[in-house]
Amino acid sequence: MISSHLPVLQVILPLIAAPLCVILRQGTLSWLLTTLVCFMSLAISSCLYDQVMTEGVISYALGGWLSPWGIEYRLDKLTVFMLLIVNGVAAIVLLGARSSIPNEISSDRLYLFYTAFLLNLTGLLGVIVTGDAFNLFVFIEIASLSSYAMISIGRDRRCLYAAFKYLIFGTIGASFILISVGLLYAVTGTLNMNDIFQRLPDVENTRTLTTALVFFVVGVGIKAAIFPLHLWLPDAYSYSPSIVSTFLAGTTTKVFIYVLIRFIFSIFGYDTAINGGTFNNLLMMFACAGILYGSYLAIKQDSLKRLLAYSSIAQLGYMLLGISLATEAGLAAGLIHVFNHAIIKVALFLSVVTIIFYCKTDSIIQLAGLAKKLPLLTSAFLVSGLSLIGVPMTAGFISKWYLIKASLQSGYWGLVVVIVFSSVLAIIYIWKFIEASYFKSSEKELVALNEDQKTPCLLLFSLALFVIANIYFGLDSSFNVELANAIANDLFRK
Amino acid sequence: MDFLGTFNYWVVVILMMIGLYIVIAHQNLVKKLIGINIFQTSIFILFISMGKITGGTAPILNEVNTLYSSPLPHVLILTAIVVGISTTALGLAIVIRLYHAFGTVDDDEIQQEIE
Amino acid sequence: MMTDQLLIILALCIPTVAAILIAVTHNNVNLRETGTLLSSVCLIFVVYNLLQIVLAGDQPQLFLLKFLPGLAIHFKIEPLGMLFACIASFLWLINSIYSIGYMRGNNEKHQTRFYICFAVAIASTIGIAFSANLITLFIFYEALTLSTYPLVTHKGSEDAMRAGRAYLGILLSTSICFFLPAIIWTSVLAGNTEFTSGGILDNEMNHCVIFILLMLFSYGIGKAALMPMHRWLPAAMVAPTPVSALLHAVAVVKAGVFSIVKIVTYIFSPALLAEVVDFNLLLYLAGVTIIVASIIALQADNLKRRLAYSTISQLSYVILATALLAPISIMGAALHILAHAFGKITLFFAAGSIYTATKKTAVSELDGIGKVMPWTMGAFAIASLSMIGVPPTAGFLSKWYILQGAFSVESWFAITVIIISTLLNAGYFLPIVYAAFFKKPSDGKKLDYHEAPFAMVFALTVTSILTIVLFLFPEIPLQLVKMLVGNMI
Repeated sequence: MISSHLPVLQVILPLIAAPLCVILRQGTLSWLLTTLVCFMSLAISSCLYDQVMTEGVISYALGGWLSPWGIEYRLDKLTVFMLLIVNGVAAIVLLGARSSIPNEISSDRLYLFYTAFLLNLTGLLGVIVTGDAFNLFVFIEIASLSSYAMISIGRDRRCLYAAFKYLIFGTIGASFILISVGLLYAVTGTLNMNDIFQRLPDVENTRTLTTALVFFVVGVGIKAAIFPLHLWLPDAYSYSPSIVSTFLAGTTTKVFIYVLIRFIFSIFGYDTAINGGTFNNLLMMFACAGILYGSYLAIKQDSLKRLLAYSSIAQLGYMLLGISLATEAGLAAGLIHVFNHAIIKVALFLSVVTIIFYCKTDSIIQLAGLAKKLPLLTSAFLVSGLSLIGVPMTAGFISKWYLIKASLQSGYWGLVVVIVFSSVLAIIYIWKFIEASYFKSSEKELVALNEDQKTPCLLLFSLALFVIANIYFGLDSSFNVELANAIANDLFRK
Repeated sequence: MDFLGTFNYWVVVILMMIGLYIVIAHQNLVKKLIGINIFQTSIFILFISMGKITGGTAPILNEVNTLYSSPLPHVLILTAIVVGISTTALGLAIVIRLYHAFGTVDDDEIQQEIE
Repeated sequence: MMTDQLLIILALCIPTVAAILIAVTHNNVNLRETGTLLSSVCLIFVVYNLLQIVLAGDQPQLFLLKFLPGLAIHFKIEPLGMLFACIASFLWLINSIYSIGYMRGNNEKHQTRFYICFAVAIASTIGIAFSANLITLFIFYEALTLSTYPLVTHKGSEDAMRAGRAYLGILLSTSICFFLPAIIWTSVLAGNTEFTSGGILDNEMNHCVIFILLMLFSYGIGKAALMPMHRWLPAAMVAPTPVSALLHAVAVVKAGVFSIVKIVTYIFSPALLAEVVDFNLLLYLAGVTIIVASIIALQADNLKRRLAYSTISQLSYVILATALLAPISIMGAALHILAHAFGKITLFFAAGSIYTATKKTAVSELDGIGKVMPWTMGAFAIASLSMIGVPPTAGFLSKWYILQGAFSVESWFAITVIIISTLLNAGYFLPIVYAAFFKKPSDGKKLDYHEAPFAMVFALTVTSILTIVLFLFPEIPLQLVKMLVGNMI
């Protein structure tokens, strides 16, 4: 009985829990509730994964109103793939939040943080499951508003400015998506994604449709921080409480990459969207520029969080690159990287969270000689860093392998050059920290360790989980690779 | 496609550009929020004017009125207005905290203080 | 069959376990050193058993795990790999003995880290030797780079850090920029990356693509130090001498040329290259590298720097011999890996023992030193002869085969290069030997130095004797290289 309502439970559960947190008004209790909800949510998404894999696409009519009149939740393989990523990151990151968040957010605001977190999760999950274009916009705004709140909640006053900047950019982006939805409604008279897809061939090659596509891509580009629309991202990641950056890096931008894929394949239809090659050539150009730009700026940063933020811009370029190849192999490579980058970046950010927990700073210069004091922690960073670079036996290598292979199969030699060159840049920026922490002996006691801190067991546990995942998915990538291939196959056949 | 037939779109575009211009050009954070609001309003008008049919009435089922406007855009825009108001509220709250933290609501000055 | 696989696993595990043992016993210095020595003896035993199997004509293999569809970590021992593994494992023992003397004699810091990284580097080398496909080779190739980085920066000084950056920068970036794309390209073209005798690429493919692939591989394997990718090798000389001796004369650089030989024979196949490549650029690049590196070596006053450039030029001998594409020259290439290993390690051992005993590093300071350090300089002389290629040393043997190969394909370029470089070799090694034994110390004072610690003298004596023994009894290596080219003739 309940199993048929899982799609809606996935979204409702965190939504109900959010106000409960406000009622609880207490940090620890809210944390317990939030963690519980996240793990239940994770369990729901694994059940959904099972259902979709065995029974195929699930269509759920919200409130019993059948589509196209009511809102439809539509779950296919891509949906459950994203659900697993978002829920997995959320649940495990929250475990780590227990130890680190009280240092960065004043205790009387803790419950508000958890409320915002749950709302954000609601929004992201909603974006993923919904099959209704306007509903998607609403969920995007739920996710965005709560993430502005999460960013601005920290003790560091700069986070306020970062949040405001993000709010302005994000609102413009969401409004662009709204315009696009409006134009689509104007030409098709429906908001159901599947329905739009069916009716679009009648209005093919109209200017309204092209305009809708352009507004959509720009809007989602802002939200997903695709170069050159990424300006909000470095500030938002580097000034917000570090666990928030971790969560955002692992989920938000990837969900918007999902939205991009969903609109291109399930709404506009692939042939309309690529528009004779112009569209994906443009995407490819921006992807390459983003990869090089992000990697280059990452090298120049001293703050680890900012470094990782710029690296994220580059990595988003990889995902976009995969999509822009306009082949099944390319799309699969992009999706594989969505998955792998989630575990890589979260592992890196979690190690930075732990570093900040111990040392109260994320400046590379000040962290010289860290490896002598926290050898395990720096090696965790090293392993995830190697994964980011794409060293064999780590998850990052799998992504690079498929990306390069897909570009070679499409005959784009230039892309291979871009990918390997940016890997070299990645070596430089990861090595900057590794060299400072392992091989520079600080003249004075630069690293002020908070020895009296209790060992953050949960934080270390979640970090360890992600580091192990980096190696595990480097050795046995059958799960994500096969799923990504199946998704790409489905999307292209549609 | 004469000008009058598409004049609602012209209004939308002009309003939208005014809004965007304010967001980009003004240093005052509150004015930026006002710009965002104008920008969003233009989108509301876009939706609502699309749903209007000349001579159409409210969609009430009876024998007299057979021609009626689609109610859906109105419903959507009600939701979008709620979203817009929440955004504005959150934006203003952040501006107030920015003012407390930095003593100014000027974009440039805050940026200078951060660097 | 089971025992074969067990032996392969053991060969890979012993150095790894040794690393762990070293880490555990870091408090007890003697126990730690015993651990190193014991495990190297065990490794030799295991490799010896494998050698018997390979000599019997078998090629044991082992699938470890499959981490991408069509891509697995897969080991297969073919004759060339066997030869390389024998060299690496045997010299690890000798080098460990030498290291103990050197590290204690010079009171080096971080000795435990040193031995751990060393053991890991050996494990990676064995992995490279036994790899059965490009991807396995690549994984261990990168592991070798990473594990030797802490050895290069061992001193921790600003100089060492800079050298370490050059080392890591060149090796990692060439491997990622050229090697990895070449591997992926190969797998796209041929569908797999297994080393197969007769090659996996065929001449149906675009000839230009094959040529580009060959160049990508040659430069992607930065460890082979083909100019202009050679800068890391002189940079790595800031490391303690045992590191230069085993890693930068044997394991790391040999891993480079070994990979090139293996790729040319098992991925392309010489027959294919001979047919497809009109202009043998690799041959000319190797020739130029030999000559230019020799000239630089001639001018270097720092002994280790001179040896480093000599290594670069000798590595290109192997590449040159491979690029000749004649079966007999490939035999020469494989033999040269062996001969040069023993010769160059002796030279580095000698340099290290001079440094330990006298703290001297410049060639010009060595006048008359042969009288106080007869063993060291005697071994140096023998190894120099081997470098030049004078009988009765192993160097003669390999040069003989390479020259024979050059004549068989009538490559006048290669013959000229070999002759000129032999003269240059003599030009930069013999003056050292002459000065050490026959010149008086420049300031006229009597030298009051003694021989280096016994462990060091013992090690370099053994390797120098082996240089001669290999000339006199080359059956086993010859049999291995004949098996390597057997199916080509």
